[in-house]
Amino acid sequence: MDAQVVLKNVTKRFTTKTLGDIVAVDNFNLEVYEGECFSFLGPSGCGKSTTLRMIAGFEDLTEGEIHLCGNPVSVKNKNLYVPPEERGLGMVFQAFAVWPHMTVFENVAFPLRIQKLNRADVEKRVKEALRHTSLQGLEDVYPSDLSGGQQQRIALARAIVTNPKVMLLDEPLSNLDPKLRESMRFELKELQRKFNFTIIFVTHDQSEAMALSDRMMVCDMGRIMQIDTPENLYNKPINRFVHSFLGESTFLNVVIKDGKVYAKGDMENPLDLDIPANAEEEMILATRPNAIELTGNKGYKTFIKKRIFLTDRTEYLVQIGDQTMKVQTPHRVTFAQGESCCVNFIDPMWYPVEDKAAEEERRRRQLV
Amino acid sequence: MIASLKRKKRDLAAIDGRHFSLDGAMTVLSFILLLVIVVVPIFMIVYNAFFDQGKFSLDLICEQLSKKDNLISMWNTIKIAVLVTILGTIMGVFYAWLLGRSDIPCKGLMRALFNIPYMFPPFLGAMAWDLLLNGRSGYLNKWFVDVFNLSSAPFNINSIGGIVFVELSYYFPFVFMQVVSAFERMDPKLEECARIAGARQGTVIRKITLPLVTPAISAGALLILISSLAHFGVPSILGFSQGIYTLPTKIYAVISRSGGSFEGIRQGAALSIMLVVVVAAALIIQKKVLSSGSYDIIKGKSMRPTLIKLRGARIPLFVLAVLTLVLIVIVPLAMIFLVGLVKAYGLPLIPENFTLANYTKVFASSGTFNSISNSLFVSIAAGIICMFLGTLIAYVVQKIKPRGKGVLEVLSVLPYSIPGTVLAIGVILAWSGKLGVNLYNTIWIILIAYLARYLSFSMKTSSAALLQVHPSLEEAARTCGASHTESLKDVTLPLIRPAMVSGFFLIFLPAMREVTTSVLLYGPYTRTLGVQIYSLRDAGMMPQAAALGSVAIVMIIVCNTIVTAITKDRKGV
Amino acid sequence: MASVKFDNISFRYGDNYILKNFSLTVEESQILCLVGPSGCGKTTLVRCLLGLSKPETGSIYVGETCVFSAEKHINIPAERRKIGIVFQDYAVWPHMTVKENVCYPMKKRHMAKADIEKRAMHALAQVNMTEYANHLPSQLSGGQQQRVAIARALVSSDGLIVMDEPITNLDAKLREQMLLEIREIQRNIGTTILYITHDQQSALQLCDKMAIMEQNGSLCQLGNDEDIILRPANRFTFEFIGVSNFIPMLFENGQCYLDFEGKKQIWTDTLPDMDKTKKMEVGVRPNDIVFDDDSPIRGKVHRSVFLGSEYDYFIDINGKELRVQQNTLDAVCLGVAKEGSEVGIKFLNPHYYEAKEA
Repeated sequence: MDAQVVLKNVTKRFTTKTLGDIVAVDNFNLEVYEGECFSFLGPSGCGKSTTLRMIAGFEDLTEGEIHLCGNPVSVKNKNLYVPPEERGLGMVFQAFAVWPHMTVFENVAFPLRIQKLNRADVEKRVKEALRHTSLQGLEDVYPSDLSGGQQQRIALARAIVTNPKVMLLDEPLSNLDPKLRESMRFELKELQRKFNFTIIFVTHDQSEAMALSDRMMVCDMGRIMQIDTPENLYNKPINRFVHSFLGESTFLNVVIKDGKVYAKGDMENPLDLDIPANAEEEMILATRPNAIELTGNKGYKTFIKKRIFLTDRTEYLVQIGDQTMKVQTPHRVTFAQGESCCVNFIDPMWYPVEDKAAEEERRRRQLV
Repeated sequence: MIASLKRKKRDLAAIDGRHFSLDGAMTVLSFILLLVIVVVPIFMIVYNAFFDQGKFSLDLICEQLSKKDNLISMWNTIKIAVLVTILGTIMGVFYAWLLGRSDIPCKGLMRALFNIPYMFPPFLGAMAWDLLLNGRSGYLNKWFVDVFNLSSAPFNINSIGGIVFVELSYYFPFVFMQVVSAFERMDPKLEECARIAGARQGTVIRKITLPLVTPAISAGALLILISSLAHFGVPSILGFSQGIYTLPTKIYAVISRSGGSFEGIRQGAALSIMLVVVVAAALIIQKKVLSSGSYDIIKGKSMRPTLIKLRGARIPLFVLAVLTLVLIVIVPLAMIFLVGLVKAYGLPLIPENFTLANYTKVFASSGTFNSISNSLFVSIAAGIICMFLGTLIAYVVQKIKPRGKGVLEVLSVLPYSIPGTVLAIGVILAWSGKLGVNLYNTIWIILIAYLARYLSFSMKTSSAALLQVHPSLEEAARTCGASHTESLKDVTLPLIRPAMVSGFFLIFLPAMREVTTSVLLYGPYTRTLGVQIYSLRDAGMMPQAAALGSVAIVMIIVCNTIVTAITKDRKGV
Repeated sequence: MASVKFDNISFRYGDNYILKNFSLTVEESQILCLVGPSGCGKTTLVRCLLGLSKPETGSIYVGETCVFSAEKHINIPAERRKIGIVFQDYAVWPHMTVKENVCYPMKKRHMAKADIEKRAMHALAQVNMTEYANHLPSQLSGGQQQRVAIARALVSSDGLIVMDEPITNLDAKLREQMLLEIREIQRNIGTTILYITHDQQSALQLCDKMAIMEQNGSLCQLGNDEDIILRPANRFTFEFIGVSNFIPMLFENGQCYLDFEGKKQIWTDTLPDMDKTKKMEVGVRPNDIVFDDDSPIRGKVHRSVFLGSEYDYFIDINGKELRVQQNTLDAVCLGVAKEGSEVGIKFLNPHYYEAKEA
């Protein structure tokens, strides 16, 4: 597989009035391969959108270089910069950004007209793009007469009509309602399969990223945290941030003593767990609410503190030591509030106790 | 017992949304007032133009249409308006782009300055330019003749070109303001998408940016067209001496020549019909254009657009913008002040010739005080009455929504589209005794004309504010124990009060400088400020007219400052 | 504290009945969540209760007081019903300070000045807004404005507060928190709350009792969270409350089959009592369908999507598409079903309902 988008030591610094220097993107190194769907995921202000805009050519780099399809497009120390219109990308924005003064046909034909293609070719390729985005028959309609989903399809058609190698998507589904969002995901995948372009995709919605991507990058505060497949990111997050950012998490402060694991606040009944390889005296046990087994007799004995019915599962709060943990089960597993029960952890993750400095930095940045 | 039963009955009605006692009365009142203020004058013009002694006849219209000078003035009207519109649009768009999308320095300040012409009455500007570039005795012309040894004056402001130039400097802000705000609210992603699609910066401006602001441009341009068609001040000041007439000034001339006789007014009414036809044509175009090009590009919130670097052209363009400002704002204002200080018109503008005598003379004459107090009275009265009346109608239209609310809406906005001159004639025909009420030569007839003319201003601001007041705010008050009347008083009215106040000032300010209608309606003791300046100048007393003009300018500046101060700290709805 | 009784309420626009003979009782000191899809008439019902709309028939009692009765021609106007209301868009008066907002209802009821002050501050304390008493609403966030609205509702009612989608305009985190606060306030003062929402989740979290309304304005099920979740009374409730699969049933020769687009599968589960002459369906939740290679019911994995906590599958059985969710943990242990592969599936915890009329 060829690396189609390459970022080498890409750094972007801003100066703000309130906070002084902010490193929006800190030394990103990254390769996106041909035909891959790669997503940038992170909370707002993590640098994902800035990175995308640097790839598109709307933002300058402070340091580093970017290569597209083997050609350098931004190299800071050689002062090389290719303007966005010459990078040959496709791009779709969150706010649709379809031109309201043009009909659907004209919108999609615009990139081809810029390339000075002849009439018949334009017609043919637009027709094809519209067919792939199920917009046939709407050629002469103005975008303002269409729904959000249809407008986003125009934006998609406009992006694929030039047959770009790389497609940049900036939260393309966030403005749509949940049902539409789900079906558009499948449509996007279908399109990718047909046209075989590389997708770089920015989102803060983790389930969307997981459903769509082959690999993803989780970043926080301008730094790359982890790059991997969705399954690996979810099942083996490298730190507490990634764990809590992807999917629901539930944490337990534990004390490890004499080869046994105790929940803080209960040094009498050990948990039925092997100690981790890098055991420290105090650690954080991290797991998912639906990866905790709730049974009548096997495991750590406790009781149900609270039961909340969710629409698709039941959520229990159980007391473990002096802490409360969240457990989720299908509706068919029923315990009553106050009933005693046993919990069992299956393959939990272990992290060192909280990193205060990182928390502080996050709070500082949120003030921006 | 009976009282309580009665109360119960009324409450039942209240629940159905038929608050007969209050809402019904408000609806009926709105209809009656609009009938008196708007419908009667309009009807009278049409009646008098088409009916002679109770019989339908087209003679009058045909007679007026057959006069060559009437047709010439109609042609002048159209020619001037079209020229002003085209040039004003180009100028407005150019400066809007320069100040909205380029990196020219001092943007904020320049934007504020470009809006200034909007504040001042164009006829003062016309006076100033007349003093400077009058063909025979303009100061600048004389200077040119002296310095370059010319045999005749190089410029003549008393020409179609001169009229177009002065109107242009007052009307281009219409386009400028619309387009600047459109530029500001345009989503920059629309342009970025075009870059990604492969278009260069220049192509993006041509294919995306300009087409996107086209609705704003055409809205502003049509506003210029309609205002210029109906405009009286500038052509009357610059055109009369050379016999250049437009329809509004022709109407004035016909009436004043006939000394206010009924025959003259009837001729005026017939000419009015011609003017209305021209304006109506423009209005129809406006409606067509505006409805065809309404994109929802323009998002409500302000975006931060990418600015285009002017590079080498930055300083020259900045100088150009500053020069334009000097020419259209500073020069005329300074001229009015300077001539107001000079001993006699025509003397060089040097300190030895300066005196305060004009000001003392102006203030010593009872006419000045009369005119100022008249203007204050009618402006404040019109402002207050319209504020309440407009709010009443807005409430009926927005909240009560009776049958025929469309009619109410149209009637209250209609007079604004009717040229002031035409409206004045309608008011004269209606209220000078023919219908049993004679208000001619009194201040009341001016007030009635102002009410009709400015009602739409307050109606529009109050409507917008009422739309913001969500019904749940009133309903919350109802469930908290307030009756319908109380919830109006405690919740709705306080919430739209800021809008009502700004509606008042929107009327008060232009009314203070109004000249078009009052020049046809004033009597010996009911001159307004505008009319007083106008007639001082007419009588050849240039320095005194300029002195009074500078007083007017100061008043306008003071009022505007107060308004900005008041509207700044109002509570958000 | 007051109960509420709607009896036989009908309301219509022209020939279009929004509510038809609707009856519902809200018991004293309870939170009753009225849940239904948008347009089902729940807001109309509330407007009738508040006195902002007038029903055609029926009667409404608040406690012992009849506030509306069509037969007896009673219709107490809105301002004298003493019901607190919290609207979706807060409806906090922007020109009054927080305290003025809260004092207004008491002023309108001519209470003594000292009392007003005391009760207003008490109500503000209940919603943790004491320190904002002199702020204008424009200086507050959405959540804070909604708290002011709740305080205002507290002082203007005699123990009955109606909340119409009060948290819909807030962001997700704040919604959760507001629900807890509403619950807390209710526990402290024991007021009756009629809570209107289209969001099943918030209703489940908040309610003592839940009333589910169908699109046509009729009451579909009334019960506590456990009843609704574990024993949905009919197909509508089952479908409304979560993602669901329905498979038609066939009864032939005393034998029961599941009908997958014409392909019959024998169904041996013990059936509850049901009218076998009617068209019946099996309803199953996506996470109650599990993979079982020995099962005779077999289908093809049409689509497999990783969603983090679970895998979301579309299983195609002879053209009938079923939605299946598998816990990620199970997927890791048992293996992920690949797109295109054949799997056997088993239904746990099936529900049986009468089919929807076409």
